Amino acid sequence: MSVFPATAAAKAKERRASAAAPRPGSRNQRAAYWFIAPLGIGFALFYFWPLLQTFYFSFTEFGAFGGHTFIGTDNYARVIQDVTVWQALVNTLIYSVIGLTALPIAIVVASLLNRRGLRGVSVYRALYFVPFVTLPVAVGLVWNWLYNGDFGLLNEILGWFGVDRHYWVSDPSTAVYAIGTVMVWSTTGYYLIIFMAGIKGIPQDYYEAAELDGAGALRRFFTITLPLLSPTLFFASIICMINSLQTFDLIYIMMGEKNPAIGDTQSVVGLFYKWAFIENAQGAAAALAFLLMVVIAALTYLQFRLQKRWVHYA
Amino acid sequence: MPDTQEHMAPIRPRNKKRVTAGSLATHAVLSFGALVMVFPFFWQLLTALKTLAETSRVPPTFLPDDWNWRSFDDVFTGLPFREMLTNSVINTVGRTLGQLVFCSLAAYAFARMQFRGRNVLFALFLSVLMVPSSLLVLPQYDIIQRFGLLNSAPALFLPGMFSAFGTFMLRQFFLTLPKELEEAARIDGAGSFRIFWSIMLPLIRPALAALAVITAMWSWNDLLWPLVVNTDPEKMPISAGLTSLEGQFETNYPVMMAGSLVASLPMLLVYLFLQRHFVQSVALSGSKS
Repeated sequence: MSVFPATAAAKAKERRASAAAPRPGSRNQRAAYWFIAPLGIGFALFYFWPLLQTFYFSFTEFGAFGGHTFIGTDNYARVIQDVTVWQALVNTLIYSVIGLTALPIAIVVASLLNRRGLRGVSVYRALYFVPFVTLPVAVGLVWNWLYNGDFGLLNEILGWFGVDRHYWVSDPSTAVYAIGTVMVWSTTGYYLIIFMAGIKGIPQDYYEAAELDGAGALRRFFTITLPLLSPTLFFASIICMINSLQTFDLIYIMMGEKNPAIGDTQSVVGLFYKWAFIENAQGAAAALAFLLMVVIAALTYLQFRLQKRWVHYA
Repeated sequence: MPDTQEHMAPIRPRNKKRVTAGSLATHAVLSFGALVMVFPFFWQLLTALKTLAETSRVPPTFLPDDWNWRSFDDVFTGLPFREMLTNSVINTVGRTLGQLVFCSLAAYAFARMQFRGRNVLFALFLSVLMVPSSLLVLPQYDIIQRFGLLNSAPALFLPGMFSAFGTFMLRQFFLTLPKELEEAARIDGAGSFRIFWSIMLPLIRPALAALAVITAMWSWNDLLWPLVVNTDPEKMPISAGLTSLEGQFETNYPVMMAGSLVASLPMLLVYLFLQRHFVQSVALSGSKS
């Protein structure tokens, strides 16, 4: 190979390169659309189109022969007037509030794990995360067994302390809290990892300086860890709230269909499932789903408004 | 007390001693928490190994009287458990592969290519994140039905192959790569797809692994969607199948515990082997949003 053809080839390459540079209508620009197309088609088919359809469904009644009849805002009227909807909404909000207690637990554990020179951090982290990885249905079944009024271990242990036998998941007054506790138990590990990542971002010098100034562990936690972790806490609380507002799996599995306390524990998504796929009230179910979306959007907006008061960005 | 200590000369040995006492307390608290996290699974295993009669004894026995593995057989004979596990694997692999392919392609375009409408399209795609999944279940069911796919394997994983979260996460990673790599490859005559496939994609392998791991977990554990589209027990994944176990063996706790264990085991094993990626995926989803 002589030198001359090589430089010619290089020049040709250069020309081609500049031709392929991002410019409207260029080959590169068209290639971008090919990259996006598969996901775009999937989104259009399974997300955007269904969203429009649900909106349409919410104004229709689902007939016996599979047709949708337009009935205006009747479904929304039904949703608003239905007592079970309001109860489901209240239950869902209770789940969210209980669910949020996973955050302080996770923060405390994360800051304990942040202790300098502590051994076995990864072992602890692994063990705390196990419930989150486990199949939710399996989690529900185990806890139902632990909660069992007659043969459950929980009553047995509480019995040692003189607490009376209790039917935790079939008594309407405790069922929501029993399920909520399992929710907290299974999600703490997830937030633990998020907070551990957040704490890692706090410079160790701050702690050392505070220690030199004689600040105790508690003081360091409240003046350094907590404020500097607030952006992470903000993110986690939004995720936590959105997830608990959509809670379904645990309740469905722990309550079954014959539990006397079912109405007292039903979440909005649980009610949606019942209407849409058991009672064939698709229109009303669609309206209910929109109501849930509005509630989630409103609460998320509220959290964003409130963040200015307590979130500190470094 | 800390004030006086600061002025004392022989601070080292005392300080050291205090640290060990403190870390002992820390270990005590953390171990108690860990016990609470893991104990239910031990109890699950112990229950699965007891006889039905023994589980209804008051007070409950801790260790089984005689270790009996029958419940594990009953799980496989009472339900099409093998099929359900297979369906779960198909569902998980389908969703995960789909997301890796579709999300990485789109994420690359959004991160590294210039084209008209890029920002609008990206905002539109991200809006999928805001919509609660239950809102879309009804029409998604209609679509699957219209395709004639109810009670089929693709019904399980089709909608889940497309993810806004995955696209967003991978895009963040593509954004961090140096521009020179692409330019050099382009000068060498490589086309867009080649640059993407053989240069950029290998560089974000940690992010791909993290996305794969978290998607796999979500797919394995998903309940509402499979419950809706695949009502035939032979076509259900294990997450939905276990609920029919609950209906069928209503008060047979040893069988239900055995079933739960077998159903959770694959994901737990994946977790044990790929712990690093699990942690990374959660930490990433936490800090990058």
